[in-house]
Amino acid sequence: MARTDVLVSADWAEANLQTPGLVFVEVDEDTSAYDKGHLAGAIKLDWKLDLQDPVRRDFVNKEQFEALLSAKGISNEDTVVLYGGNNNWFAAYAFWYFTLYGHRDVKLVDGGRKKWELDSRPLSDAVVTRPATTYVAQDQDLSIRAFRDEVVASIGQKNLVDVRSPDEFSGKILGPAHLPQEHSQRGGHVPSAINIPWSKAANDDGTFKSDEELAALYGAAGLDTSKPTIAYCRIGERSSHSWFVLSELLGQQDVKNYDGSWVEYGSLVGVPIELDTAK
Amino acid sequence: MSCAAPDQNLPAVAAPGATLIEGIISASGEPVSGAYVRLHDSTGEFTAEVVSSDAGAFRFYAAPGTWELRALSPRGNARGEVTAEVGVTTTQLVLA
Repeated sequence: MARTDVLVSADWAEANLQTPGLVFVEVDEDTSAYDKGHLAGAIKLDWKLDLQDPVRRDFVNKEQFEALLSAKGISNEDTVVLYGGNNNWFAAYAFWYFTLYGHRDVKLVDGGRKKWELDSRPLSDAVVTRPATTYVAQDQDLSIRAFRDEVVASIGQKNLVDVRSPDEFSGKILGPAHLPQEHSQRGGHVPSAINIPWSKAANDDGTFKSDEELAALYGAAGLDTSKPTIAYCRIGERSSHSWFVLSELLGQQDVKNYDGSWVEYGSLVGVPIELDTAK
Repeated sequence: MSCAAPDQNLPAVAAPGATLIEGIISASGEPVSGAYVRLHDSTGEFTAEVVSSDAGAFRFYAAPGTWELRALSPRGNARGEVTAEVGVTTTQLVLA
């Protein structure tokens, strides 16, 4: 897996907006940005409405995912090129999600919507519709998805990478500072986890740092590359960003995203929690 | 659950004990919409990022202390420092 297989530049994206066989997909939670202007020809996916089960806390199932992609006009043969706001958090989440359901060829636009806007590249407000397809998904590839019991069993065994901010890691706050404070019952982190904030993997314009910088970052933070890794954050999107870095850019083996993340773990009865009062 | 920033146009009320940092980003006296405004803690660590509203407004739910604000936009960049207290602390950013 090479960086160029999974990550494309804004220049490349702009030059390939009309290329047959590519489907550009903007993924966000708040899709109002897409509605105001998007990459020409790009369709949108709503992180919550489209990708989360409306009742249970879980993903849409295989049949629902197939129906979604069929209706959106994405075929199994298409190369899906993802981008979004929030430094590509949700696009990276969608990358992981498409991979989970076995899509063959997925790419991320480096820097996402932010880099695109900062470059003053063109946006379109034209409504995009694609002819429906018959999409066939695979069963979830659970080699990249971790659940809570595995996380508890991995304490002191695997690399547990907490990608939230240092204040969330230490238990000082429960969520990012652009959100009202809410969510898990308890603050802190999974014992033995190392804190490597997702933001350290990105430049200010939202692009990913170089492979050399990324390898040095995780090495310095104490990631043991000989061990399996589980990444988590608050609800699993920032950790998708770090999963992408570890698994897809650095080629680390056996990396899982724990999408239940701190909102689940920090509300479980009886599990151990570590606080870091030193920071 | 959500993770994207709430609409920065909407008014906010600080819950009891909460610490809000609110501000306007402007250039030549005009509000700048669509700027990427970041909150960094006193060690320089990235904490959060929002996109300024049509009125140039941005808002963070933080904690008391000193914070750095950094903004990027196609029209220019800005930096500022703010010392937040419990309640609402207001600030301004001006594009260089």
